[in-house]
Amino acid sequence: MSAVRKEDSMLLQKQMMSDHYDRLATAHDEGRKVVYTFVPGNLNELVRSFGLLPVLPEINALQSGLRKKSGGYIAEAEKNGHSEDVCTYVKCDIGMLKKGNISPTGTQLPKPDLLLLSYTGCFTFLKWFELLREEYGDVPVAMLHVPYQANGRIEPHQRDYVVQQMRTEVIPKLEQVSGRAYDEDRLREMLRLSARAEDDLVWTLESAKRTPSPIDAYFGGVHYIGPIFSAFRGTQGAVDYYTALRSEVQERLDAGQGPVTPEGPMGTEKYRLVVEGPPNWTSFREFWKMFYDEGAVFVASTYTKVGGLYDRGFRHDPDHPLETLADYCLGCYTNLGLPTRVDLLEQYIRDYNADGFLVNSVKSCNSFSVGQLMMLRQLEERTGVPGVFIENDLVDPRYFSAANIKNRIESYLQMLDQKRGKAA
Amino acid sequence: MDAESRAGDVVTLDDLITHARTLSEDIDFTAVTQWKARAEGRKAIGHMPTYVPRELIHAAGMLPVGITGGGDRLEIIRGDAYFQSYICRIPRSTIELALSHRLDMLDGMLFPSICDVIRNLSGMWSMIFPDRYVHYVDVPQNFDVAVGGRFWRRELETLRADFARLSDVAVDDDALRASIAVYNENRRVIRDLYRARSERPWIYPMSEVYYILRAGNVLPPEEHTAMLREYIALAPGESDRRDQDRSRVVLAGMFCEQPPHGLVLTLERAGCYVVDDDFLLGLRWLQEEVTTDGDPLDALVDAYLNHSAMSASRYAPDGDRGRWLIDSVARNRAEGVIFAAASFCDPALLDQPMLVTALDRKGIPHTEFKYAEDTGQFAVIREQAGTFSDSIRLWSEA
Repeated sequence: MSAVRKEDSMLLQKQMMSDHYDRLATAHDEGRKVVYTFVPGNLNELVRSFGLLPVLPEINALQSGLRKKSGGYIAEAEKNGHSEDVCTYVKCDIGMLKKGNISPTGTQLPKPDLLLLSYTGCFTFLKWFELLREEYGDVPVAMLHVPYQANGRIEPHQRDYVVQQMRTEVIPKLEQVSGRAYDEDRLREMLRLSARAEDDLVWTLESAKRTPSPIDAYFGGVHYIGPIFSAFRGTQGAVDYYTALRSEVQERLDAGQGPVTPEGPMGTEKYRLVVEGPPNWTSFREFWKMFYDEGAVFVASTYTKVGGLYDRGFRHDPDHPLETLADYCLGCYTNLGLPTRVDLLEQYIRDYNADGFLVNSVKSCNSFSVGQLMMLRQLEERTGVPGVFIENDLVDPRYFSAANIKNRIESYLQMLDQKRGKAA
Repeated sequence: MDAESRAGDVVTLDDLITHARTLSEDIDFTAVTQWKARAEGRKAIGHMPTYVPRELIHAAGMLPVGITGGGDRLEIIRGDAYFQSYICRIPRSTIELALSHRLDMLDGMLFPSICDVIRNLSGMWSMIFPDRYVHYVDVPQNFDVAVGGRFWRRELETLRADFARLSDVAVDDDALRASIAVYNENRRVIRDLYRARSERPWIYPMSEVYYILRAGNVLPPEEHTAMLREYIALAPGESDRRDQDRSRVVLAGMFCEQPPHGLVLTLERAGCYVVDDDFLLGLRWLQEEVTTDGDPLDALVDAYLNHSAMSASRYAPDGDRGRWLIDSVARNRAEGVIFAAASFCDPALLDQPMLVTALDRKGIPHTEFKYAEDTGQFAVIREQAGTFSDSIRLWSEA
């Protein structure tokens, strides 16, 4: 079997992640405190401005999925009384904890000094950290309730509410845990770095408007969002990563090349697809291969917007530090009402000149999944572009049925061919 | 028999239960249509389970209508095309009700923040019915009056303005205070019923109480209060109701998708007295009197922040998730807890391990099963509940 090909930026990111887990492993020995928090609406700059290190349980879960460890963790959680019906990210995390809290890279994860419950776009987050609070005992929790944008716009009182919670709940607890006072100048500097990285991320994602697309905005895209959505936004490391990524993509763009797949450069681009929903992590490469083998490339994805809709113009604004963090939390993809989500997908289908779209519906995530069948119909009606619907899961290998999924994808792509034939 | 035509009739317990049953099982919502027809321009606002500020709807002269899905009396024809197999049943039966025009009498629909399913359903609703009023009711999870309270007050102001526009009736403070008083009375009588049932569950069996409560989904609160009072007064007159050797249990997990009546009956037949539960929690969400002095919106804010029922969808800042259940067991002298959650109900099923831990610490017996609103086979549940009930009685005698 040939070695898996990785872009240089992927290797750089892998090193960043590995270094981060190493730092976490020794954090308590070195007197550093850690804050567990979630990806959507994370307050990474704020957390880091206090010298605290973030731990993101969703990232641990998906990394466990990629490394084929999640099935065992989920079984462990179910053995401990967690229902088979609920979110597998939660169960993977609980199972990992029950089995010693060893990180996906094999290092020890420290116990949290604070659970920062940024409750954005997902009710399960609330229960997840309540469960962790039970598991860890006396760990303090800072709750940040982010109102839902049912109408797709931020109301001033919603922003005020989030800012007030930061002032009265989040910042005092970060001060208490870190022993440091809130330093707004330091926060502003980090937000400035965030905005620089965000510019390059948007440039990278929008490079897919070109034909052929130099990136796969889903399977490659989940790597590209990694540093900004997780522990590195607001750091020089993230700025450097996105500079390197942009240069790499620019080279492919100049050469008229497509994305790099695990098996090398992708062949001829035959289908341009938009995708709604998170990927499956337990069979990530197998899933990707089903598409690149057929010449299908994803040119836009909503999953790469769960940590912020930067391509719609949002940037962290150092001149209004808490307000910009509030807008960021409020604007994450799954915090948007369904009509806004359909509008966004419609725009992607048009702007990226897509031939079709995939809804990858994951059992674990009701926040994403409820309404997706209706979204499919709405998008087909509005754009005339046909879609395909697949059922899957995030990190529970029991729900990845390779033969069924492959069969459906192949049939769908054949249908796109026939449609083209008729059009010609 | 519609509600207002019964006024003045001599009512027997059987009549009353039959009437409540008809109201609670009527998936055509005839009572709502009749209520609207009695006066020109009347409007009705539907809402999904758990908390919405019904006082605001009432103060605008409109009828709040609790929508708890289609139960076990509705065949799903189109609703399944909207949801994947792993989604609970209440949204699909609610969509079915709407697409089959059974909810056409509603002039608006509220979706409380209970879970991601109901939240996303609000967006689906606004896409299916772009011309109807739809509102997602985002209650605060921060309980500081200057933070969460301020946010909630602003949300209430929005609702007050929306309802005034919909009804063409100004919702002034006096009207709102009057509506608060009406709902205070309704909640007070429901609390009376719960106390009475806890004291003498053989007089007030859950299988009857359930119908009486569910009738509150479609009746104006004044009529529902009258029905509750009638029931409390009539039930003790039934001469064949005797205390039996049964186990006293609390039911937990049924706060959203409601169980079929057959399930409630099954638990009773399996030897359980249900002495507390979280059925139709929205009817008694506010657990103390809401003051009718001062600013009525501030009163509703205070009540929500400080006197709400605990449910899986509500954050517990003090971390003591199981306290309400332990308190309920103690207050109602229960001998065990039955966790009955709707299949795929994330809040209930994610909450359950924490509640189980709390019960285990106190040595309180428990058992658990899942259901759907259209569950039709109860043999397994009967066996499980019966075994649980028997084992409780054995332990308590030991």
